[in-house]
Amino acid sequence: MKKYTYTEKKDTRSGFGAGILELGRTNPNVVALTADLAGSLKLEGFIKEFPERYIQCGIAEANMIGVSAGLTIGGKIPFATTFANFGSGRVYDQIRQSVAYSNKNVKICVSHAGLTLGEDGATHQILEDLGMMKMLPNMVVINPCDFNQTKAATIAIAEHEGPVYLRFGRPVIPIFTPADQKFEIGKAISLNEGADVSIFATGHLVWEAIKAGEILAEEGIEVDLINIHTIKPLDSEAILASVKKTGCAVSAEEHQLNGGLGDSIAQLLARNNPAPLEMIGVNDSFGESGTPDQLMQKYGLTADKIVEAAKKAMSRRA
Amino acid sequence: MEIQELAHIATQVRRDIVRMVHAVNSGHPGGSLGCTDLLVTLYFDVMKLKRDGEGKVIFDMDGRDEDLFFLSNGHISPVFYSVLARAGYFPISELATFRKLDSRLQGHPTTAEHLPGVRIASGSLGQGLSVACGAALAKKLNGDDNQVYVLMGDGEQQEGQVWEAATFAPHHKLGNLTAIIDFNGQQIDGPTKLVMNNRDLGEKYRAFGWNVVETNGNDLADLSKVLHESQSDPEVPTLILMKTEMGFGIDYMMGSHKWHGVAPNDEQLAVALNQLPQTVGIEDY
Repeated sequence: MKKYTYTEKKDTRSGFGAGILELGRTNPNVVALTADLAGSLKLEGFIKEFPERYIQCGIAEANMIGVSAGLTIGGKIPFATTFANFGSGRVYDQIRQSVAYSNKNVKICVSHAGLTLGEDGATHQILEDLGMMKMLPNMVVINPCDFNQTKAATIAIAEHEGPVYLRFGRPVIPIFTPADQKFEIGKAISLNEGADVSIFATGHLVWEAIKAGEILAEEGIEVDLINIHTIKPLDSEAILASVKKTGCAVSAEEHQLNGGLGDSIAQLLARNNPAPLEMIGVNDSFGESGTPDQLMQKYGLTADKIVEAAKKAMSRRA
Repeated sequence: MEIQELAHIATQVRRDIVRMVHAVNSGHPGGSLGCTDLLVTLYFDVMKLKRDGEGKVIFDMDGRDEDLFFLSNGHISPVFYSVLARAGYFPISELATFRKLDSRLQGHPTTAEHLPGVRIASGSLGQGLSVACGAALAKKLNGDDNQVYVLMGDGEQQEGQVWEAATFAPHHKLGNLTAIIDFNGQQIDGPTKLVMNNRDLGEKYRAFGWNVVETNGNDLADLSKVLHESQSDPEVPTLILMKTEMGFGIDYMMGSHKWHGVAPNDEQLAVALNQLPQTVGIEDY
């Protein structure tokens, strides 16, 4: 297992804030919208430098989505920001009709996704958004793993013509990807090559998967570890090539098992190369209040659980 | 354009509407007929449209440096399609494909089929005013001083998102935005007053900070005057409360919610076309 180290922990939402500030400087068409969450979405830098391109929408997310769609008619590239729950489930119909079906160049950028929102509890901890968004035709769905990758993804989606859902979070987590790593939509990133078991992780679970890979390596098990930062379009080629090599796989995500990354991989494998797949995620349950770490432990989104899942997948291999 | 000329176009558009809806035995004639005079006035008299050297309308999705129209109550697509075709956005013959398989003229308007003239999908109600706010904002950011128009239904005012947008527009000083409500007092389940009473819509918009004017939406001269003169302040959006009669132009359809989404049969079509005489020089598709 390759050694991954970090010197600093930062929240992925700050990666978004840094990315949109850079975009503001390089792309005059980029505009930022928010629904009373400018601070939470780390927009301060952008607002300070580009007040005329910042649009406060108040607590009215449905309108923010429609306004974003309208801004594209005139060549603007709107980045609509709020919490993941309010930027997906609350406005699903608005996204479906005014953005996805209309194929508008809107970037829906959402923070505080998943259990790691913590103490606010289940009302705010959306675990269904990746599924809802990946079901929409035309929609690109991205879930980056650390500060650097979130910043790179934010910059990359401005170049993509069409709707994008970019999901990130609040807790501080290790920064381990290089600051200059190129972000290619739909192109998964190999973190370690190994022949024993494939691990496909996304978002906050990538670091847990790295830790799991180190534990497994100590036992002589070499993982083929891939960071799936883009849920849709899924990098089918990378996933199938990996499973062809290892014959079994684990998926890991901070999301419901139903409809998430694991679901997409299961569908891909069933159609192309049936192989044992163990899935790490939240199993048909809402979250609850607690610290992010406590919640990740309670709901089994940890390196230890990934290790167990990897061994189970290997044992199921024919 | 002379009012008489607009009236000729409006009559032909009404003929198109009933023929399109009859041909597929589906669609929404009532509101389409009620809003015919508005759309004809907008596209043939009021809006500054992008044109090539020969005066032919041209279409791009950006819509910069021209006036824009958004149809929020997408179910009245027949009037929208007919007016777009007759304004020159696509061949008039294409009206015959309305609601048929593989057509660009979907039951509700969409950008997915790349029909020139349509810049947003609509059908699920309540979203158009928000989109128009965004388009008006983009114009301001681009230094483009053209106007953005959006048409909504009065029943549609029951959607909460409309009031989010109604708050947004005056706050962001969208004086380049004109919203129009088709105030026909009818919705699918009956008179709007009985289904869910909107009470005084004009008073509500005024309280939200809009410039509110009223007009008779089935009087071309009144419409033309109001649409040309309604923008009173460059920083205040305008709401036109447009009284119309559902089914206007066909006596047995007028004033009844029954014709909201019902197509005329062969006999009813003949009666309707008899009441809408073909205008010299403008042909059926």
